Amino acid sequence: MAPSPCALCHTNRALILRPKDHSKLCKTCFISVFETEIHHTITMNALFKRGEKIAIGASGGKDSTVLASVLKTLNERYDYGLDLILLSIDEGIKGYRDDSLETVKRNAEQYGMDLTILGYDELYGWTMDQVVEQVGKKGNCTYCGVFRRQALDRGAARLGVKHVVTGHNADDVAETVLMNLLRGDLPRLSRTTSIITSTPSASSDPASNTNIKRSKPLKYAYEKEIVLYAHHKHLDYFSTECIYSPEAFRGSARALIKNLERVRPSAILDVVRSGEDMAKLVPGSDEGCGGACSSNVPIAEEEEGGCGSAAGRTVGGDMENMEKQLAQNDTAADNDLEIEITAKSLQKAKQHNRHDSAAVPLANGKKTKKGVTPRKTNKQVMGQCKICGYLSSQEVCKACVLLEGLNKGRPKNKIEVGYEVQDVQQRDQGADGVADVMQRTSIGGD
Amino acid sequence: MSNEDDVPITIEFSGGLEILFGDQKKYSLLLPAKDESGAPANVAFLVRHLCDKVMKDPRKELFVLDDTVRPGILVLINEADWELEGEDKYEVQKDDHIMFVSTLHGG
Ligand SMILES: [Zn+2]
Ligand SMILES: [Zn+2]
Repeated sequence: MAPSPCALCHTNRALILRPKDHSKLCKTCFISVFETEIHHTITMNALFKRGEKIAIGASGGKDSTVLASVLKTLNERYDYGLDLILLSIDEGIKGYRDDSLETVKRNAEQYGMDLTILGYDELYGWTMDQVVEQVGKKGNCTYCGVFRRQALDRGAARLGVKHVVTGHNADDVAETVLMNLLRGDLPRLSRTTSIITSTPSASSDPASNTNIKRSKPLKYAYEKEIVLYAHHKHLDYFSTECIYSPEAFRGSARALIKNLERVRPSAILDVVRSGEDMAKLVPGSDEGCGGACSSNVPIAEEEEGGCGSAAGRTVGGDMENMEKQLAQNDTAADNDLEIEITAKSLQKAKQHNRHDSAAVPLANGKKTKKGVTPRKTNKQVMGQCKICGYLSSQEVCKACVLLEGLNKGRPKNKIEVGYEVQDVQQRDQGADGVADVMQRTSIGGD
Repeated sequence: MSNEDDVPITIEFSGGLEILFGDQKKYSLLLPAKDESGAPANVAFLVRHLCDKVMKDPRKELFVLDDTVRPGILVLINEADWELEGEDKYEVQKDDHIMFVSTLHGG
């Protein structure tokens, strides 16, 4: 085939075929267009405020690395006035994370961003290695996934950062839309398509620093283009193998998306858009206002891929009970209603009335049983976890249920789950930087 | 094994795909100039060759599915998207740099 010229500059040789519109672009024009589109996503959705401090959930993987790189570029180019930092969660698996950890360290240097690593040990009192020691290898992914879901919010709260951005891309969103569609779970579909999800505070205290906003600036970016951007910009990222063993259902949804893309590349964004349109039809959805009012609407955490091997394991003894309990609490491992509230408000609540379940009504539709199709949006009464203060549909959030089980088996219980929000344990970046990483595929969602 | 009809090329794996190829990212190899049927070696033949001769991991399906590169793996022929070059029908040329990049791995 004769080389095609770039559709934009008409000069350079085209190297990229864009999945969304089949346009053929040269490397320079592609990089420029990719960045400009993210800029549009950011401005159209008013994702950021000038002066805002933003924690980038950084795993060292392609998505979060590209996100950090692009945000740095755009922040400088368009003078967003953002204070960007990297936040990594270390689940504490010796050896396994070394490479991704090193990658985030290098990213911190390359992008001149502060990096904070928070370990599961700091957030929960247990490293994953310790969990495995206690419960065995089987089923430990359940712990990892449940802990992971709260980790970025807890970490941000510790740092006094109110906005966490994650590297979820269009493929991730399309995959989640399909999964929820196939489950018949439109309420959750509505939440997961939102570009801004906000974890609500149970407190009306405006000074609350745990009303953490979450957003996904790469929501409309194809995974293919993210990888190509990283490639052509020579970004330094790390990949794990774990994606090859996602839970069967998510794996199938992912394969379906990738197969559709081969045949009809625009399908991915079409699914995302369909998801958004369907979300508008769901009662109680915040999509009707284009996400502008979403900070007022409590939204449960988006669905994130769990570390695949959690599903379908046979486990013995305590683990089995734990799994049962969890299954009762919530049917799917990816369900997630746990939202952190302020330590301040927690203390307040304790002082005032010792009411464990200062109930806060949330619009959501989580309470579905396996195999039962939800017919409408359920209004669910949310309380806060009486142990850690996270908002939870149960008296005790999933993380605390797991911790309780773990701590029972530990002779000396010196674990207190992070009440000390102000006690920011920030590892010194130092000259050689420190980082740490979580691969979303291994523990589910970045 | 090599003869003068072999085509010298470089192959690169990234995005986690190198895990399937003995954790080695770059390979210089000599590809037979003709495929099994005597037709000029194309990318489809190269992929079969890589599977049979180079891949260390038994999980072939993580690289090849339905006789072609698994969806989600990008193929760059001299930096260009293979879709711009005729995909697996592209006839491999001397000194080509062909890269396989997985988008399937975690980030
Ligand atoms: Zn151009
Ligand atoms: Zn809790």
